[in-house]
Amino acid sequence: MKQTTPVTPNPSPSAATAAEAKAKGPSTTDPTVAPEPERNRAEVIAPQGQTHAPTPVASGEHEGASHHAPKMRARDISVFYGEKQALKDVSIEIHDDRVTAFIGPSGCGKSTFLRCLNRMNDTIPSARVTGDIEIDGENINSSKMDVVQLRARVGMVFQKPNPFPKSIYENVAYGPRIHGLAQGKAELDQIVEKSLRRAGLWEEAKDRLQESGTALSGGQQQRLCIARAIAVDPEVILMDEPCSALDPIATAKIEELIHELRGRYAIAIVTHNMQQAARVSQRTAFFHLGEMVEYGKTSTIFTNPVEQRTQDYITGRYG
Amino acid sequence: MSLSVALVAILLIAVAAGLFARNRANGLRSGGARLNSLPNYHASFVGLWALLPALLFLAIWTPIQGRLVEGAVLASPAAQSLPDFAMTRDTILAEARDIASGAIESGFNPESTALAPAFADASARYAAIGGGIAILLVLTGGFFALRKVGTDFRARSGVERVVLSLLLIASLIAVLTTLGIVLSLLFESLRFFRLVSPTEFLFGTTWSPQTALRDDQAGSSGSFGSIPLFWGTAFIGAIIAMIVAIPLGLMSAIFLTQYAPHGLRAWLKPILEILAGVPTVVYGYFAALTVAPLVREFGISIGVSSASSESALAAGLVMGIMIIPFVSSMADDSIAAVPQAMRDGSLALGATKSETIKKVLLPAALPGVVGGVLLAVSRAIGETMIVVMAAGLAANMTANPFESVTTVTTQIVQLLTGDQEFESAKTLAAFALGLALFIITLFLNLIALRFVRKYREAYE
Amino acid sequence: MNSRAPTRWTDGSMERLVAKRYAAERRFKFFGLAAVTLSVAFLAFLLITMGWSGVGGFTRTEIKLDIDFPRSDLMLDPAALKGPESAEAIGAAGLDTMLEQAAVAQFGEGAGDLFGGASMRMLGERLIEDPELLTRRVALWLPASSKADVAAKGDGDAAIEEMLARTDHRRRLNPTFLNSSDATDSSVVGIWGALKGTFLTILVTMALAFPIGVLSAVYLEEFAPRNRWTDLIEVSINNLAAVPSIIFGLLGLAVFLNIMDLPRSAPLVGGLTLALMTMPVIVIAGRNAIKSVPPSIRDAALGVGASKMQVVFHHVLPLALPGILTGTIIGMARALGETAPLLMIGMRAFIAAPPGSITEPATVLPVQIFLWSDEVDRGFVEKTSAAIIVLLIFMLLMNGLAIYLRNRFEQRW
Repeated sequence: MKQTTPVTPNPSPSAATAAEAKAKGPSTTDPTVAPEPERNRAEVIAPQGQTHAPTPVASGEHEGASHHAPKMRARDISVFYGEKQALKDVSIEIHDDRVTAFIGPSGCGKSTFLRCLNRMNDTIPSARVTGDIEIDGENINSSKMDVVQLRARVGMVFQKPNPFPKSIYENVAYGPRIHGLAQGKAELDQIVEKSLRRAGLWEEAKDRLQESGTALSGGQQQRLCIARAIAVDPEVILMDEPCSALDPIATAKIEELIHELRGRYAIAIVTHNMQQAARVSQRTAFFHLGEMVEYGKTSTIFTNPVEQRTQDYITGRYG
Repeated sequence: MSLSVALVAILLIAVAAGLFARNRANGLRSGGARLNSLPNYHASFVGLWALLPALLFLAIWTPIQGRLVEGAVLASPAAQSLPDFAMTRDTILAEARDIASGAIESGFNPESTALAPAFADASARYAAIGGGIAILLVLTGGFFALRKVGTDFRARSGVERVVLSLLLIASLIAVLTTLGIVLSLLFESLRFFRLVSPTEFLFGTTWSPQTALRDDQAGSSGSFGSIPLFWGTAFIGAIIAMIVAIPLGLMSAIFLTQYAPHGLRAWLKPILEILAGVPTVVYGYFAALTVAPLVREFGISIGVSSASSESALAAGLVMGIMIIPFVSSMADDSIAAVPQAMRDGSLALGATKSETIKKVLLPAALPGVVGGVLLAVSRAIGETMIVVMAAGLAANMTANPFESVTTVTTQIVQLLTGDQEFESAKTLAAFALGLALFIITLFLNLIALRFVRKYREAYE
Repeated sequence: MNSRAPTRWTDGSMERLVAKRYAAERRFKFFGLAAVTLSVAFLAFLLITMGWSGVGGFTRTEIKLDIDFPRSDLMLDPAALKGPESAEAIGAAGLDTMLEQAAVAQFGEGAGDLFGGASMRMLGERLIEDPELLTRRVALWLPASSKADVAAKGDGDAAIEEMLARTDHRRRLNPTFLNSSDATDSSVVGIWGALKGTFLTILVTMALAFPIGVLSAVYLEEFAPRNRWTDLIEVSINNLAAVPSIIFGLLGLAVFLNIMDLPRSAPLVGGLTLALMTMPVIVIAGRNAIKSVPPSIRDAALGVGASKMQVVFHHVLPLALPGILTGTIIGMARALGETAPLLMIGMRAFIAAPPGSITEPATVLPVQIFLWSDEVDRGFVEKTSAAIIVLLIFMLLMNGLAIYLRNRFEQRW
């Protein structure tokens, strides 16, 4: 089942299947397009620079790439801490090449939902998660999914930078080491350098690789954490309020970084700063009291939201 | 009049003075005046100022009185015929004292019966003097304090000042005790080092404490090299016991904090604490009765023919078991102090729990764990009963755990229990050993605390 | 685009690596569980061994013996048994020879070994109770000698066991274990003397350590200025808490016995030594308890005009009391089990009568256990273990009390 938001119809090489449209506009199916047979993920050679798409999605966004299947899809997720329900029937998609922001007042479940995506809620004994989450079509909660590999594929950056009390090099090398991603020191060095470059920390850190990671400034530490997550070659990066503990200059650097990373990774970011969400994301989901109230293009959410609650939040009525 | 009578007397007088003061204060109150402090405070003030000087005096007088009495008795005519030899004379004096106080009917020496009346006389005389002075003090104190009772008198402040000084004195007792330990150990050790050279003691490798049998024998004929003792202590306490305690303690702590479900942990943690609560004499008996024979059989069965029934292994094993809760609880605290964010960060990268523990948590908690281990070593080194009951008495520098070695604490007990003349090198050696033990454990404790403190700073 | 194909995770080599990692995880968890299990097993082993070997100490074997008093050689005047000289009369009567004769008559040569000190004592008590017995021939149940008792419990030598088999014997509760003191004959030993000594010693310890400890804690937490002297006091207390207990024994020997000349082996000296050892524990527990009382309570009391001292004694201290008591009980439990320092101050002597006051020579239960463990007589093994059972029960009760107090009264602010 697909969830779509209506926008300008796009030339879609794939046929849409029946969709549950939460739509105000034209249907998502474009009858002018011939249906494309389902292909094996690995064999996809997509025209128009498309990414893998076993089941076509006619979601109709036109930023960046054209239609492609969501990288991760969550359906009817509910989370219970003991008796208390923290999330109620949340359904969202996270796409490649796109930054998806989760906004909402504090305590409304955004971080809880984020933690469902890489099964970090498993580490909390009293937490219970119901619903389906898929990555590339695979159910992440099934017994066949290896949680250890999942967490490498879906990386996470936390609110407060949490580098290990090890050297900068060791911080970044930790992930590749335990997952056996490098054969030999030379390859490991390469991975570390590449990750630090991508995180924008290489120039500042290359002469200090053996120094402790905790000796860096706040902003640098957060970039180190991002480098650490990148080092295990993830497909998705989850960011839980990554800038809330940083000063404005460091924040700006991180936002810049997010722009650069967008090309490579699907990014989901939780933020309580609406301006930040507007700056960095293409899709935004508004959470309130454990429910996802509205999900759509960032521009729409911030200028012309559907729900009254969203409108109230954005105009600062509460939160 | 004896001193205890005097004690009761001054207590009664002080209480009476206090009650008198309260009456007066109450009288002032009902007369319409508004007092600065409650009548009870006036009462306490007067009572304290009456009592404390007299009590202090009595505390100082009591030991002095003993010497004064003895002096008087020795000066009396009946004492002139006493032998010169110190030991006999002291025994006679002691017997005379006991006869005079009615504890025994008659002693072994006839002279004591003759001396008894002199004793009784002198005791009565000096007790009267002491008691008299005490009562005088209590009356004076009470009198001057009573004069202060009045509407403007800040009795409460006065009382509180006295209480504050009492609090201060109580706290100083700890310093006094430490001082007492250091001084007494030092003093006796210095006397020891006059008989045996420090180099022999610290670096000698033969321990066979003999002592001169008579005063005029020149020097002692034994050797007091303490190296075998320290080796034995280290072997049993720092090596064997730690080989048992560190893995078991650390892994137990890891299991309880990271893997055990909450209900299980709530049960198991107190059970491990019980290990720490069992008296060491029980451990010693257990080691001697059950463990040592088993170890010996095991040793013989694997071909160690010199396996003794007082093996270092038996003592070390049981000591290790006793130490497990120390290591476990320090490790527990240290691991729990590592911020959750560190654990989350590692798990979010796809590490398994054991990888997180081995590569992130433990290295982060290491200073605390090391501090805990050092404290445990210090405890093991100072442990006495297990080694006295299960380890041997023969100073032996061996690395074979099935053989018997002796430790510093065993030797201290050995040297001091038994009829020894206090001045001999043998008994003084015990103090020298005690001094060494004190210094070493102090050192270990300081380093351990430094470690733990440094580590705590890193996370706060 | 990612630089690698996403299917690398399902590579053969990757799968193997992940499987290895999970195997390592399982092993690690197993080691942790094994460590805990092993530790608990050691404890269980210790407790069970002590319990097993000690249970016998609470019972004794009694043998039925025919005694023909009129025909025996016993020289005892029934009239003498009624007066105050009865104990002397019994002592001089030659009960042991008479017992031996009766035993040999009934059970054959060597049967005198079946009866010992306990038998004599019981017989003496029965005779004083009922001097009429002297005129009759009776069959009395008498406690067996320690040799026979050991044999009845399965550990004796063949000759005695064989003799025992010929007798009519039974197993009964042993009251002398709990109401008599140390002796050389293991059939008459009891722990009463040691218990009384322990009680008196702990009394002295409490009376000294508790007030000094609490007052020091109050001073250090509430009144002490932050200067070098206070630091010195704090450092001293923390160090004292970690000094080996035998050092306190040396201190006691050097100061209390040699300089102050107090009576050797008395509960007074033992109590003083243990008080010095326990006081730092109470101070530390007291400080933590006082520290945990929130400042809002102090502010409230100060706000109505109470003086600092009144705030502390009327408000803070009562609230901190449960924590202080818990720490005190734990400290006392530790003092209860201490042996080494008391050995140093002379409690190693053989004390055959319970102490009458705190200045008479005494022994304490752990020291008694230590002394008995040295005995060669096999009968002492079970008595030692039985004494250990009593000691462990005390420890359990005290620690249980401390835990109960902590759970019941612990307040979370």
